[in-house]
Amino acid sequence: METILFYFFSAFMVLSALMVITVHNPVRAAFFLVLTFFASAAVWLLLEAEFLAVILIIVYVGAVMVLFLFVVMMLDINITELKAGFVKNLPIAIAVALAMFGTIYYVVGGDQFGVEHFATPDRHAADYSNIAALGKLLYTEYVFAFEIAAVILLVGIVAAISLTLRRRPNTRHQKIEDQIAVKSEDRLRVVEMAPHARKGERK
Amino acid sequence: MLDLILSIYEIPVINILVKIVAILVPLLLTVAYFTYLERKVIGYMQVRIGPNRVGPRGWLQPIADAMKLMFKEIIFPSGANRVLFIIAPTIAISTALAAWAVVPFGAEMVLADINVALLYILAMTSIGVYGVILAGWSSNSKYAIMSTLRTAAQVVSYEIAMGFALVGVVMAARSLNIGDIVQGQSGSGILGWYMWPLLPLFVIYFVSGVAETNRAPFDVAEGESEIVAGFHVEYSGILFAIFFLAEYANMILISVMAALLFMGGWLSPFAEVSFLGLGSSFLAGSSIIWLISKTIIFMFLFLWFRATFPRYRYDQIMRLGWKVFIPITIVWIYVVGIMYYAELAPWFIKG
Repeated sequence: METILFYFFSAFMVLSALMVITVHNPVRAAFFLVLTFFASAAVWLLLEAEFLAVILIIVYVGAVMVLFLFVVMMLDINITELKAGFVKNLPIAIAVALAMFGTIYYVVGGDQFGVEHFATPDRHAADYSNIAALGKLLYTEYVFAFEIAAVILLVGIVAAISLTLRRRPNTRHQKIEDQIAVKSEDRLRVVEMAPHARKGERK
Repeated sequence: MLDLILSIYEIPVINILVKIVAILVPLLLTVAYFTYLERKVIGYMQVRIGPNRVGPRGWLQPIADAMKLMFKEIIFPSGANRVLFIIAPTIAISTALAAWAVVPFGAEMVLADINVALLYILAMTSIGVYGVILAGWSSNSKYAIMSTLRTAAQVVSYEIAMGFALVGVVMAARSLNIGDIVQGQSGSGILGWYMWPLLPLFVIYFVSGVAETNRAPFDVAEGESEIVAGFHVEYSGILFAIFFLAEYANMILISVMAALLFMGGWLSPFAEVSFLGLGSSFLAGSSIIWLISKTIIFMFLFLWFRATFPRYRYDQIMRLGWKVFIPITIVWIYVVGIMYYAELAPWFIKG
């Protein structure tokens, strides 16, 4: 049963990953990328890494790809223009693809990190908690790496905001803090005046 | 005969299917009568009568509405992507219903008792955004896609505040399992509920939930008084009804989660309370009736909000989410950390 599920989701993942790079419409390519993430989350579930699988869906499917789709949907992409440089860029593309393949082969297939170097992971009991195990490792053994990663992310956020922040003082926009701080005396003046008859009114 | 039925029930697949039906049928009936209740409650709040023509006191109104929508023609806009046009409402309803798999209704009454239940529910709501995005994009309509961008931006923004609010709950309960979170609130009746130490997070969770489900006062996606509809403007018939169903199922989900995470779920407010001997009366027992009545409070709040508050403007919605809610939640997470180390009774005592 598990093997069938593994091959089903793996085939699903490979197929949708292929569709990402072959489909012409960029929005559809993004949707296929979502399917790829989904299938890989399912494969991680089979590895008993339920925390990572759910985080993959929340972060990549729920946040990153949504923002990605925003950008792709808003852009006016000319598909013929995209296809134009295909032949010209082909040699570079082949070189990059070969380099990528070589690295992947070195990591996965070669003598260094191949599957045969590792024992099959033990099957855990039903009460095994992936989150507790991960938390213990992250906050004890790898706490410095974890904190450094957090600081780097924070720097990234600050950098991204400071790069895109433009102050435009001349635009007409609301200052909400001023609006909240306003008092009725600032806006309303109660005037006392003597009553007087209007023209044509009977007295 | 009974033995035969019991032996069939023992087959795992059948067992799970029966449980799924036992959750979904009452849920869908609740959704149907929630729409009726909404129209009646808002009617009374606005000194009207509400639906009263179909059946006694209008009780058959939701069934009549469902029939009408089912027999209406489904219109595909020209140039629409037909496959995605149908997949969009399917994603909306399937994520809204799939989230119910991990919702416990009692100490033992849960379909899937998983460790990452809370994250699973967040994941399901975040996949639900794709229903909106696909609907707007596949309709091949400018209005639909503009509304898609607004709705999706709103949902994604409030998801962050909601996630931070849940971090406080997870810190207090030291678990992501909803059953454990409810158990963490037991021991001292109404005072033991997490809504007291986590009051700001509780308010933010529920308001973010209202914004996530695109309900009033955050319903810019379908402001009935100003625009026709939002991302589902091109949908008709049963496909529109499915979006509607998903929205209401999500509202009930937000309500039941608020009851479970902050108000002790199925625990009785009178448990172990010495006042007037309530702690030893029949009221102190924990049961699903407590969970349902707490959920109904929140479901009623959804309707009350809609009848009371004027609609937020879009930039105000974004300001509230990013500049008010997220800073408050981050500050309160630090406060929860302090309470955690102080082992503040009765919520943060380490077991």
